[in-house]
Formats: sequence, C-alpha cells, structure tokens
Amino acid sequence: MDYTIPENLALMVETIRRFVKKDLDPISQQVEKDDRIPDGIVEAMRELGLFGLSIPEEFGGLGLGALGECLVYEELSKTNACFRTRVATNNGIGSQGIVLDGTPEQKERYLPRLASGEWTACFALTEPEAGSDAANIQTTAELVEGRWLLNGRKHFITNGSESHVATVFALTDKSKRAKGGITAFIVEKTYPGFSVGTIESKMGMRGSHTCELIFDNCEVPAENVIGGQAKVGQGFKTAMKTLDKGRLTMAASALGAAQRLLELSVDYAKQRVQFGRPIAEFQAVQFMLADMASQIYAARQMLYHAAWLRDKRGSAVIKEASMVKLFCTEMAGRVADMAVQVHGGMGYMKDYPVERFYRDLRLTRIYEGTSEIQRLVIAREMLKA
Amino acid sequence: MNLVVCIKQVPDTETQIKVGADGKSINMDDIKWVMNPYDEFGVEEALRIKADKGGDVIVVGAGPKRVTEALRTALAMGADKAILIEDEGLYGADPIFVGKLLAKAIEPLNPDIVFFGQRAVDDDCGLASSSVAEALGMPQLAVIVKQELDGDTIKVQRPVEGQTNVLSTKLPVCLTAQKGLNEPRYASLPGIMKAKKKPLEVKTLADLGVERDDKIEIAAINPPPERAPGKVIQGETPEELAVNLAKALREEAKVI
Repeated sequence: MDYTIPENLALMVETIRRFVKKDLDPISQQVEKDDRIPDGIVEAMRELGLFGLSIPEEFGGLGLGALGECLVYEELSKTNACFRTRVATNNGIGSQGIVLDGTPEQKERYLPRLASGEWTACFALTEPEAGSDAANIQTTAELVEGRWLLNGRKHFITNGSESHVATVFALTDKSKRAKGGITAFIVEKTYPGFSVGTIESKMGMRGSHTCELIFDNCEVPAENVIGGQAKVGQGFKTAMKTLDKGRLTMAASALGAAQRLLELSVDYAKQRVQFGRPIAEFQAVQFMLADMASQIYAARQMLYHAAWLRDKRGSAVIKEASMVKLFCTEMAGRVADMAVQVHGGMGYMKDYPVERFYRDLRLTRIYEGTSEIQRLVIAREMLKA
Repeated sequence: MNLVVCIKQVPDTETQIKVGADGKSINMDDIKWVMNPYDEFGVEEALRIKADKGGDVIVVGAGPKRVTEALRTALAMGADKAILIEDEGLYGADPIFVGKLLAKAIEPLNPDIVFFGQRAVDDDCGLASSSVAEALGMPQLAVIVKQELDGDTIKVQRPVEGQTNVLSTKLPVCLTAQKGLNEPRYASLPGIMKAKKKPLEVKTLADLGVERDDKIEIAAINPPPERAPGKVIQGETPEELAVNLAKALREEAKVI
C-alpha cells in the first residue's frame, strides 16, 4: 500500500497551508466577531483558484478528483470554517448538478463563471417540511407560456445571500414526487420573483450566511431545467448524486478541524502549568491526547482510501462515502469535546479558537445528510444484495 | 530578457533539526523540504521584471531528485522553465563548488540577470552567488531591497546599518535578494496544474563536464547548547525580592 500524495497535490496543500497561516488564521477571530469575510480575502481565494476545484479543466476549473479536493478542504479547515464554506457550496452542491447533469449550453454559460468565482452558486433543496425527508418539498414549478413559474420557500440555504445562481428543486408533478415529479432548475438571482428572505442567526459558522430563498411566481426560462427538457421530473436523482459526491469533502473538513484541535491541545498541554508541572505530564491529559490522535489517524486512512477508490472507479462510492462522513464528523465531535476539556476554562472562552471549532463542528453531523441518514444509507447498501 | 533564478531547497524553518548519526550532517528523516525563503523573493522579482519588460524566467537548482518540488513551486508561481542538476550527494557540498557547477548550467542561457536569495536559511553561507558571479565574470549586487532597470543599467538599494547604499551597474548582473524586496506570490492552484506541463530539464555533473572539487568539508555539526531553566527569585516583600535578585545577579550570574 502506498499512501504517497502525488506531487502536484502536495504542492497545493502547501499553498493552502501557507494561505491559512499567513492570511486566514490571523483574521479568524475578527471574522467571527464581524460575521463577515473581508472582500480582499474572497478576492485572494479567487486568485488562488479555490472556487474552481471540482469544475472540469475545459471550463476553467482545476478538475480535481476526490483525493485532491479532500486534501485541499482538510488543509483549508484548519482555521475558521466560514472560509471553507465560502468556496465549498460553489465547488460542491451548488455547481455539481450542472457538472453532472447539465446540457452543453448550461455548462458553457455557468461553469466558467463559477470556476473563476466571478459568480457563486448555492444549492436549494431544504424546506421547512423537507429536511432529511427531502422528497417532501412543497415548492412547485408550473410551465406557463413557455417558461417555468416557481412558487415556494427554501430555507437554511448556505451562501444563499451571496450567490448569483441557485440550483433549485421544485415539484413538477405532485403525484409522483421523488419518482419522476421533482425537477432541478438553475435560477439566477436577477430573475423576476426571486428574493432572499431572512438571514438566520446560528449556533456557529459565523462569517457564513444561511438564509431563506423566496420564489413568488419566479420566472425561469424553459431551457434552465438542469439537463434540458428530457430531464423534467429527474431532479431528485440529480440532488442525490450531488449529495453523494459532497460526503467525502464534508468528512475532510471535519478531519482538518480535528487535526487543528489536536495541535492546539498538544501545544496548550505542554505550556499550561498546574500543580507545578505542565498538564501534558498528567496521564489524564495524555490519554485524551492519545485518543484524539488515534481517532484522527483512523479517520484519515478511511477518508484517503475512499477518495482514492472513488478516483480509481470513477463512480460513486455510496456506502464508503456515507461511512466516511459518519465516522469523520462524529470523530471530530468527540475530538472537539476533548479539546475543550484539555483546555479547561480557556476552552470555554470566546477569545480562544477552541470553543469556535466546537460549535462549528456540530453542524457537520447535521447538514448534507445527518449521521442518522448516513447510517440508513450504509445499511441499505449493505443489505440490498 | 533572460532572467535566471537559482534555487536551493532547504528544510522548512518550522522543522526541528536533529544532528545525524555521523555528527557531520543533519538527520534527513521527517524533514519537510521547501524553497529557500530568500529565493522566493528572487523568483517574485524576476516574474515582475518579466511582466514589465518581457522575457523568460528560468529557475535552476542543484541537489537530489527531491529538489524537483522546489523547482515545480517556482514554475507554479509563473517561471517558464526549470533545470535540475541532479546529484544525490550534493546537499551540504562546498558552496563555492556548487556555484561553479551552477555557472556551467547558467552560462549557455546567456542571462541578463541571475537572481539568488541573499543566503540559504540552512547553512547561512551566502557564497554560491559570489562564486557564480566570479565564474561568469559578472558584477554582484548583494542583499538588495529594491531594483530599477533602465535599458541595460540597473540601480539597486542595499540597506547598511541604518543607511541605504544606492549602487548601479550594467547588465548582465548577479543580484541577491533580501527580505523587503517584494511580497512573493503564492503558487496558485491553477499555476500548480500548469506547472506539470512546463519543461523541467535534468542534467548530471557528467553532462556539465564537472567533477566534485570541494575545498572545504563539514567536520562537525553541533546542536546549540540546551538552555538552562529559569530561576524564580524567592521573597515575601518587595525589599526582600530586590535583595535576593541583586544577590543572584552578583553572585550567580556575575553580571553586576
């Protein structure tokens, strides 16, 4: 078994490492306070190519495989999670519907703009009545005089207020729902009848904005059905394929944050003196550090293996991806809890980054498929034979 | 313009350096190797001159195969071509010899400017650049923080003890870059993808017709002595603390 990282990916990781250390981490607490990423940083992220990770090279992206994308996200997640989130919905769920199922004309119009970061994309599936039960959406689309009219309300949409383009899922046949009644649309923010609703206040992920999107007779051109006319009613498949692909990168983000928490904890344990010696000399603390390190090691091996497998097969690794998302995000939750414990009172203070990681990581067990949904997917894949 | 930048690959400044088993080299296990940080200023400046005046930026490195990574980083930053003088035993060689070797590879490139970092952060010698300038018969302007090109004349600024020397000469010239010359760009991700397709030529000592001719060798490498632990001055009152501090400074530290 050879786990050597290919040279060009190793160079990318090094670039991200330096960018995080020099430009992102020094402002991570400020971004937390302001709830906003400075424009100059978004521009720097564009220049580095971070918005085009997963968009094919022919459309101006980097065309990275799963391993490359995971390595970039792992490194980018060693600071405030909002930086990763700013690019991740664009690379992931926002644009992947178009990459996977878009028509040549749709790819030509949207992908180069998304790859450069000139435009960004979000993914609008979730609704008040449709979370894990994604097929229960209420938003409708009706073909009237050659264009689609969308009506309804999406919520919890990451980067919804920053995006120029949304991949929106709506009912085109209520009787069929997931079995041929849901269609995916590309909606530009300038279309009449589209608006951004409430921007939510969250437990964490400050600097990244989650909002409602409102469709009030929103007019969408007929050609904006993802995949064209033939794909009307096939949107649920597009949604599931898109989410499958995102699971590994979500796991990579949790892993990167866990690694940073381990590093912070080791440093702190070595310099924090109680009872006349550094707390790293106490077994109670050593055991926590050892547990953190071992679980991170296990998580990294399974992530890299699944990513490698996906690149090798060139197709979805459904069961493995769900296992990896489940394990890595749950692992990161345990690591974050231990990191707060190692830091003691300091781990609970807003002036120190540990409590921020703790809050931000909580989300990774919920979005893009809760831990419970991952378990259902794993069991279903395992038992179907 | 033919712009050449010489690059050394060195241990990352965050790496914990351990002395090797032979006592004359460093332990190479678990070292992360990077482009010498001062060389990055050279690459950046060459790229800026190219953007302004046109030309090609060629980066040259010497050492084991792993040096490819530092050269690829420079290509990813925007350099056009790389040359690696590959030799497994070159790390730690006499810098004057390394300079002669580099000069052999650089001469056919007909350079207008040869950039170096002002020194490498591993051995702190800063000699290879002088050796190249000598071998190629070029003037050397060292430790510069600013340069201005005007036709075939170059004017540079060099900080010295609170003042600035302004020096000028005709091209071709060998320059060594100091911190402050510029802010090096990152190797962007698209740049890294493009770098894969850029030419990287590998030469051996034999290809260049050079044999090892080191005049110095490393006799020993000693780690810095371990720092003694600090001492907390004891005492109940400020007066008592002051007396004990003064006593410690006089009798133990022997500084007053």
